[in-house]
Formats: sequence, C-alpha cells, structure tokens
Amino acid sequence: MNNLLEKYNDEVQTILNKYPDDQKRSAVMPLLYVAQREKMYVSQEDMAEVAEIIGVTPTEVASIIGFYSLYYDKPGAKFRIQVCTDLPCALRGADQLMEELCHKLKLDPHFGVTTEDDKVTVEAVMCLAACDKAPMFQLQSGDGIFYHENQTVESAMELVEELRHTP
Amino acid sequence: MTYVLFRHRDIPDIDQLDVYMKHGGFEAFNKVVTTMKPEEVVEEVFKSGLRGRGGAGFPTGLKWRFIDKNNWPHYVVANADESEPGTFKDREIMERNPFQFYEGVMICAYAVQANDAYNYMRGEFWELAHVLDGKLAELEQAGLLGDNLFGTDFSLRMYNHLGAGAYICGEETALLESLEGKLGQPRLRPPFPPSFGLYGKPTIVNNVETLTNVPMIIAKGADWYRTIGTERSTGPKIFSLCGNVEKPGNYELPLGTTFRELIFEHGGGIPGERKIKAIMPAGASSAIIVANDEALDTPMDYESVPNVGSMLGSASVIVIDASVSIDWLVKKTLHFFKHESCGKCTPCREGTYWMTHLIDRIEAGSEGYEQIGLLYDVARNIEGKCLCALGEFSIQAVVTGIDRFPDDWKAKAKNGVKREMDAVAV
Repeated sequence: MNNLLEKYNDEVQTILNKYPDDQKRSAVMPLLYVAQREKMYVSQEDMAEVAEIIGVTPTEVASIIGFYSLYYDKPGAKFRIQVCTDLPCALRGADQLMEELCHKLKLDPHFGVTTEDDKVTVEAVMCLAACDKAPMFQLQSGDGIFYHENQTVESAMELVEELRHTP
Repeated sequence: MTYVLFRHRDIPDIDQLDVYMKHGGFEAFNKVVTTMKPEEVVEEVFKSGLRGRGGAGFPTGLKWRFIDKNNWPHYVVANADESEPGTFKDREIMERNPFQFYEGVMICAYAVQANDAYNYMRGEFWELAHVLDGKLAELEQAGLLGDNLFGTDFSLRMYNHLGAGAYICGEETALLESLEGKLGQPRLRPPFPPSFGLYGKPTIVNNVETLTNVPMIIAKGADWYRTIGTERSTGPKIFSLCGNVEKPGNYELPLGTTFRELIFEHGGGIPGERKIKAIMPAGASSAIIVANDEALDTPMDYESVPNVGSMLGSASVIVIDASVSIDWLVKKTLHFFKHESCGKCTPCREGTYWMTHLIDRIEAGSEGYEQIGLLYDVARNIEGKCLCALGEFSIQAVVTGIDRFPDDWKAKAKNGVKREMDAVAV
C-alpha cells in the first residue's frame, strides 16, 4: 500500500501530469514537498513511496533529500526560522540579528539550534534573494515557506513566541 | 522615465490579467502566432541586440537560432532560480509584472516551436509559486495557453516547478538535471542546451528578466529597443542595488548608466559620513572593484565593466563602504560558495572547503601571513579547472581582495604572528 498515493491521490496526479509520461522522475521534488508536509521531515517509508510512484530506487530519492537544503530526513522542529546571513544581509545587520535572537533564546548562533520545547529551530542559511529588505528570514514549516523581511530582534521574538504557542 | 520591465511601477495593478490585457498584454503573443513565422521572431529578437540578463550576456536571438531543428520536441525553460547574493530582481518581476514575463516565455516557445515550457523557480519562492500557479490557470481559462491558440495549430502548455535550495541550479545545465529529478550538478558542455537540453531534447534556457524584455521588443520593434542602452549593450537593465547604500532596491535603468549615477543619484549614496570603498557589480561572485573616480564614472554595460577589472554579470551591485574590511567580506563569500559547491568537480569541492578553513584561520588572527599566500595559491589553482562557473566565482573575491586591498590583510595579520607582508604573493 502506498500511503502517499492513497492520501493525496489528486495532488500526486496533478504533479505527475506536469511531466512527460516517460519522465516521471521529474516529479521527485514536488512529491517530496508533499511527503514532508505533515511531519516536516521525510521518513524512510515516505522515501520508498515516492520512489515507487516515480519508478526509481529509494536510494535515489534519499540522494535528492541530501543534496537540496529544504528537505530533511530526520525529525526536527516543526518550525524553522532561517536567517540569511550572506554578505548583503550581513552588511545590513543580519549577523547581529542572528546573534541577538539566539542570545535571547539561549541558543548558540553558530549552529542550527532548537528551542527547549523542540518547536522552533533558528539557523543561518544562504542567500534568499531579499538583500534590499535585510535583515530578513524565511519561516519554513510543513505548510510552506514564508518570507519575513525588514526584521528586528523584537519582531523575530514575537514570531517565535507565537510559533511556540501554535499547537 | 517609462518603464519597460517594471511596468507595475507605472501601472500598479498590472499583475491582474484584465489590466495587463488592457495595456496591450498578449497582443505581441497574438501577433507572432497569427502573423509571423517562427524564424522572423528569432530574427527580430536577434536584431534587438538583447543579451542574457542572468549574467553571461549571451545574445538571446543567437541562442534561439541555435535550436536544433532536426530533433524534437523542443522545450523552453525559464531560469527563475535567482540565488546570487545581491540579486533580487526576478522576484520583483514575477511578483508584480508576472504576465509580461509569461508572455515572453510564450513568444520564445513559439519562436522555437516548443509546446511545453517550464518555469524553474528556487524553492524559497514557495509563496510566489502558488500565486503564479493561479496566474497560469487564468491564462488557460482565457485561452492563451492550451491547444490551437488563436485558431492556429500552435499549442502551448506551461508549468511552474519549484527547486529546493541549491544555488548551483541557476547554472543552466544543473537546472536541467534538477528539473529531470536528479542532483543539480552541471553537465559537461558541449553539447549546449539548444541541441541537448531537457530530457536530451533541444531546449532554450533564459533568465526571467531576459524573457520579460521580449514582448516589448515584438510590440515596439527591434529598432525602438536599440534606442535604449548602448550600441552593443542594448535595452534596459534592472540593477539590484544593496549593501552600504541609503536606498537599496531594484532600479530599471538603461545599460550604460554609470556606477556613480546608480549609487549616488538613485541609491542616495552611502549612509552616514562614511566613504565608498569597493563595489561588487555582479553579486558575491564578482571581482571586487576599487571604488575610485574612474570606476564610479564607468558605464555599467557588458563592455565597460571589464575595463575596471570586473564583469557586469547579473548587475547585482553590492556597495561596500570604508567600515568594511575586505578579508571579512572574503570570508562571507567563501562560506557561501563552499556551502553551494555541488561537489562534482574536485578543485571546486575541495578548494572551497580549504579556502574557508584558511580564511577562518586568518580571521582568527592566530596565523601568519603565509596563510594569506596559501589562500591565494589555492584560489589560483581552482581557476579554469571546473565544469561550471561556480569554482571560478568562488575565487574572484579572494584574488581581487588580496590583490587590490592589501592593506586590509596587513591590518589583519598585525594581530597575529609577525611576518613580512612581502612574503605574500601580492
């Protein structure tokens, strides 16, 4: 039985229809977003199901998860605050925002770290194409990816608190 | 001025299909499909002098001419993987003037007789992708996408595809690999995509901004287009301005506008009393320009920027003021490229890894000048040894940072072991 197919059949078919019949492998990335939606990571079972749908091996699916930074193969926080600290953002105070935010949350700014309640991870990421609206971060969860631009430590803390109280 | 690309700045609701149509939207597409031969469209774009806006500056019409007509089907792929630190222009186009971009894709598809087109967007544009899925549905409903368009036998379908966080997928062959569901790693070239592209079929890959120019070229003609910009760098360009500047943002200006005009007139100059020190004209992958009067008066076009030792690239202008030490800047760019190296070519994979180690040691101040020389040496040994430009990009700031800003490194090493700066290959 393929849970992914069973549960999201319409969505899976819509995705598959975007690509030629003999090129279903192209659907691996959109399917992984679907697989990751509920748990915010892709389990071994999910990988096998995605592999079955597109006709590749689970190892090949795992390699895609390993290569691309927006997929996770281990359970983690439900919400990820991903602060861009690349050069243009750093010139506008992104490193300070990252450090102060981590300090307030009692986290180490040099690693992707998670709050005590396992709800929120704060991590530095690479350029997010919003250099003129720095400091900024994106919020990634199973529901998608949302930009938060022109941020301050206060506005970021407000969001963290809100997320921690989200069931 | 009247905007050619950022028309939403003149017409705020142009992201609505009826508003876009009211302002001449899809008339160019209708015109090419119903009255022009595909080759005529290619020649008009060629005549306009339009060059690729993703960074390479390759003539767009020439690329379209290269499409292999003995191998079918053909594909068009829009490169919306915008990931270069300092670049944020394609996002504004797609958010605010999406139909002009899509019309460009559609005209390109007709010109090369492709019936399927993909828009490959970086995964972080998740929200935008969902908005754009709605726009595609509107186009289908309006009969602008689908079978037998305008009663002809030309059919076209278009799809958005989301990546998942990999800078390298902005390189066109890595993008195609990724779209095929594989690791985003560049291919050996030749063959180039117009003969061997998506699924091994002839494919045109163009940047979002490039394609957004096309409807206006068809509507107003190549001769009109050539009146904007310079003789060899024609048309308008979106300059993404950021860093130590008062008013960062996107500025649509003719190619050939000087750095001075962009930074000081449009961008409002440098904050505080500080002085401008350096410019990275093509994002984190640029050679760093010393911002002297000669550089500031240089026109930003494909021919002139190399005269001051850099490239126009995607025109992502990062302004650096005197408060910034170049070794710190190099650390930032190196960590980026190390993270984004796809790992396929050894010089890039290992080289970016070792360069980050070296710069971290230098930054820690615990090592002597010889580490700076070693960093320079590693960088020089990556040059020209990789399949794609990422390896090349990773060393630009290193080499030019050491060559052109030696004082910054001297100051850094003062805090460390005392050595003679002369020992460094600068």
